[in-house]
Amino acid sequence: MAECHPVGFQWVMEAKRKGATVIHVDPRFTRTSAVADLHVPLRAGTDIAFLGGLVHYVLDNDLDFREYVVHYTNAAAIVGEEFADTEDLDGLFSGYDEESAQYDPTSWQYENAPQAPAAGMRDPRQPAGPEASEEPAEHEAARSEETGSGGPAVHAKPERDETLQHPRCVFQILKRHFARYTPRLVAEVCGVPEEDFLRVARALTENSGRERTSAFCYAVGWTHHSTGVQTIRTASILQTLLGNMGRPGGGILALRGHASIQGSTDIPTLFNILPGYIPMPHAAQHENLAQFVAEDAGSTGFWGNMDAYTVSLLKAWWGSAATPENDFCFDYLPRLTGHHGTYDTVVNQIEGRSPGYFVIGENPAVGSANGKMQRLGLASLEWLVVRDLTMVETASFWKDGPEIESGELVTEEIGTEVFFLPAASHVEKKGSFTNTQRMLQWRHQAVEPPGDARSDLQFYYELGQRIRERLAGSTDPMDAPLLDLTWDYPTEGPLAEPDADAVLREINGQDASGEPLSSYTQLAADGSSSCGCWIYCGVYADGVNQAARRRPHWEQSLVAPEWGWAWPANRRILYNRASADPDGRPWSERKKYVWWDAEQGRWTGEDVPDFVVDRPPDHVPDEGATGPDALGGRDPFIMQTDGKAWLYVPTGLADGPLPAFYEPVESPVGNAVHGVQRNPALEDVAEPDNPLNPAGSRVFPYVFTSYRLTEHHTAGGMSRTLPYLSELQPEMFCEVSPRLAQEGGLEHGGWATIVTARSAIEARVLVTARMRSLRLGDQWVEQVGLPYHWGANGLVTGDSANDLVGLALDPNVHIQDKVGTCDIRPGRRPRGPALVAFVDDYRRRSGAHPAPEETS
Amino acid sequence: MRTPLEWPVLRQVRGRDRLGRGAAAQSAHTRALTPRTETADRVVDSVCPFCAVGCGQKVYVEDGRVTQIEGDPASPVSRGRLCPKGSASTQLVTSDRRVTTVRYRRPHGTEWEDLDLDTAMDMIADRVVATRRRHWEWEDDQGRRTRRTLGIASLGGATLDNEENYLMKKLYTAMGAIQIENQARI
Repeated sequence: MAECHPVGFQWVMEAKRKGATVIHVDPRFTRTSAVADLHVPLRAGTDIAFLGGLVHYVLDNDLDFREYVVHYTNAAAIVGEEFADTEDLDGLFSGYDEESAQYDPTSWQYENAPQAPAAGMRDPRQPAGPEASEEPAEHEAARSEETGSGGPAVHAKPERDETLQHPRCVFQILKRHFARYTPRLVAEVCGVPEEDFLRVARALTENSGRERTSAFCYAVGWTHHSTGVQTIRTASILQTLLGNMGRPGGGILALRGHASIQGSTDIPTLFNILPGYIPMPHAAQHENLAQFVAEDAGSTGFWGNMDAYTVSLLKAWWGSAATPENDFCFDYLPRLTGHHGTYDTVVNQIEGRSPGYFVIGENPAVGSANGKMQRLGLASLEWLVVRDLTMVETASFWKDGPEIESGELVTEEIGTEVFFLPAASHVEKKGSFTNTQRMLQWRHQAVEPPGDARSDLQFYYELGQRIRERLAGSTDPMDAPLLDLTWDYPTEGPLAEPDADAVLREINGQDASGEPLSSYTQLAADGSSSCGCWIYCGVYADGVNQAARRRPHWEQSLVAPEWGWAWPANRRILYNRASADPDGRPWSERKKYVWWDAEQGRWTGEDVPDFVVDRPPDHVPDEGATGPDALGGRDPFIMQTDGKAWLYVPTGLADGPLPAFYEPVESPVGNAVHGVQRNPALEDVAEPDNPLNPAGSRVFPYVFTSYRLTEHHTAGGMSRTLPYLSELQPEMFCEVSPRLAQEGGLEHGGWATIVTARSAIEARVLVTARMRSLRLGDQWVEQVGLPYHWGANGLVTGDSANDLVGLALDPNVHIQDKVGTCDIRPGRRPRGPALVAFVDDYRRRSGAHPAPEETS
Repeated sequence: MRTPLEWPVLRQVRGRDRLGRGAAAQSAHTRALTPRTETADRVVDSVCPFCAVGCGQKVYVEDGRVTQIEGDPASPVSRGRLCPKGSASTQLVTSDRRVTTVRYRRPHGTEWEDLDLDTAMDMIADRVVATRRRHWEWEDDQGRRTRRTLGIASLGGATLDNEENYLMKKLYTAMGAIQIENQARI
């Protein structure tokens, strides 16, 4: 965190000054480790074993926050008899189908769960009615991201045993499931000595409970794995058992890597969701609006109003053309038939199915896994539009890409037409970022962009205008969604920029009279309101740009509610009803945050209460109530269909209702936890240019992991071009332990070549005790650390670490695993065609699949 | 008249600035300098474009040009601090390595060419219309209605503004393009 989010880390240091214990669990020693109370290096990709060990420690020693667990989680829920755990099946859950490598989650349900709910709205693979059962088994559990704002729908509240004794209640299942994650197993899998592990376990549990809370901060070290989602799930189980959710100083805090990456998820440029985590419709189930909203219509909590959110979005996009008679233009939405993530797109490009590509402020030729596949995709296009500040490698791949050097591609033979359009910088346009804490902050425009540079807002607005001009008068129904689109924004300034304020107003939404709305609770399903993103409703409350508020921190409370605006409803801590006990009283004076004021009949406190503000703690909903009305006074997790935090996930995940440890796809060791080596449901990308190193290969004996440096930014487009930052970190390097340096003959300051079945790169060698040799049983495991910022362009150039990374994806969210195996040897890599021959030799010797073509 | 006594090291020893961080290190030239922030015409509130912490920035503008970017002390997030990248923001926006004209590479071309922005916009719009029509799909191979095109894809960075992402998703969805992705999945 001190490396990649340095200014955020000041708050960790403030906490430390007030007595907090800071623990850093990370394969590499960084600036964070340097100031932490304890640094715990572990083998990259073993986080589930480590966190699972902590869950075991809590359960084994009865250290859970029992009152919180009983009332606010699904610990008491009883799971059906059909469920079989990894304990029963040696590493598999019930419902696994070998042939398709997928799970059928039917057997994971709660006892007496309805067998045939409405067609699976939020998860197409959920057990469903006859129409859905005809659906072929597509690998498309992509729908978990839509639950970024709440879990999938589960109907009917489960039967509960609040004594937590029933053998099939979630609490007892957890106990059995995690029983084998002992300190000894953690040592064996992660390479963390038992004593160090126990120090972490004691510090965490001693700092959790009524009086104290603990927080977890994480970044892509947890998510970039074929088991990334389940890693976060393990942390969620742990933090929920300890009562650390919805409370000040608690939580699981995603440290997102880019200015508005949170915003890019909320108002997604992602394939599977619409603004506000509304799913993209699916061809198998969503022929009309009624089907689309059917499943949520009956559920508890705020997703129960999804019809209002969806209709308001359709009104924002298609305005007066969207009427109740035409289903509010629902049919204008394109449908999904599977997953269409960025790596699927690359395969489509290589195979010629997807000839046009826009790359906007992104540099996949350096920043995405398996760089070669990215560049082969680019070389297969008809046309490519790249918009950026500087000439990034994605735009110039045809001229100076690694495949040009190796002879695998020839410039004259590449048919891609490339448009490079210069972009405006962050000070040359106005607009809002949503930063990692869900807070929108508005930037004002300082100067005009230079030359041909334009904002992306202007580019898309004008592109839309020109497309609509070309289609004007068309009666072809395929053009109606474009022609009926509300696409008329006021412009301003010498460049006639569309007014970003006006766009934010549309996102906020308005009522029938055109007045800005102040809360998503005002949204209606009858077409009388419009709203571009329901979770952002209120950012323009009272006609004021709330994101532009800048009341100095010294003029307000520690929560600072008048700086920017956080979704939803300016709440700074989500699910903060859980900061009070079941009766609505703060758990302790020290951790007071939001509580029930009986006199006023309202929830009140330091923050905007994340609850129905006048619903008393003892409220019991009427039988048959739906939506927010079905939330009881003790149901703090208001986006979940049962109002509870889920220790066990009966539906919605592709790889199991509980986290289980699996080795990374490329691993030097066998799985010590159970008999299944790798995530059995992971998503393979079976392509000729995506060979994977066999597990346990002696040809690739070392682990590699990639990461960022403080002085550079991701694929380097915003840092390798700046003199200050280039001077601070001028060259690609690799970090190795003294033991590995000796074993491999690597010289500090010299060159090394790092090889995987995908490619070989070269880097300067940094021999450092910061990389720890790990002892796993009687075996040493060595790790190679690789920053991934370099490419062919910029002030400082170098090979790209991502060229080494293979594609094996998490089945829930389609994110790549950044951990793999490699070989490392002294000296620079071969040049030209010799590089291909060098890598092919490794592929043949290791038996990597697929093998190189005989002709190569 | 320059005398050896005016050597900074001697001034440091003789004067009160024993640490050499003030008067002892100054020359007539440096004494006459004023910070760029003092002569700015305008100061504009902004937010750092690098990581997701969201540190407040103050952008100093003189004669229509950015002269300095500093941390905003009023921000409850950052309290005026910036990291090495945030501190280099002035270079990011004023860098002479920025490309400020359209560059065009024709199919099979070996060099970049110049292209007028308006022409480029027209050419891109033409390609979108043509590719969309050629790759239009009303139904998938199982006869299920899809109303979409797989011919056009997009990958955006996460420094895009919310308003930009919004117009992108809105336009692409109306086009029927579904392969719309972002750094958020990478």
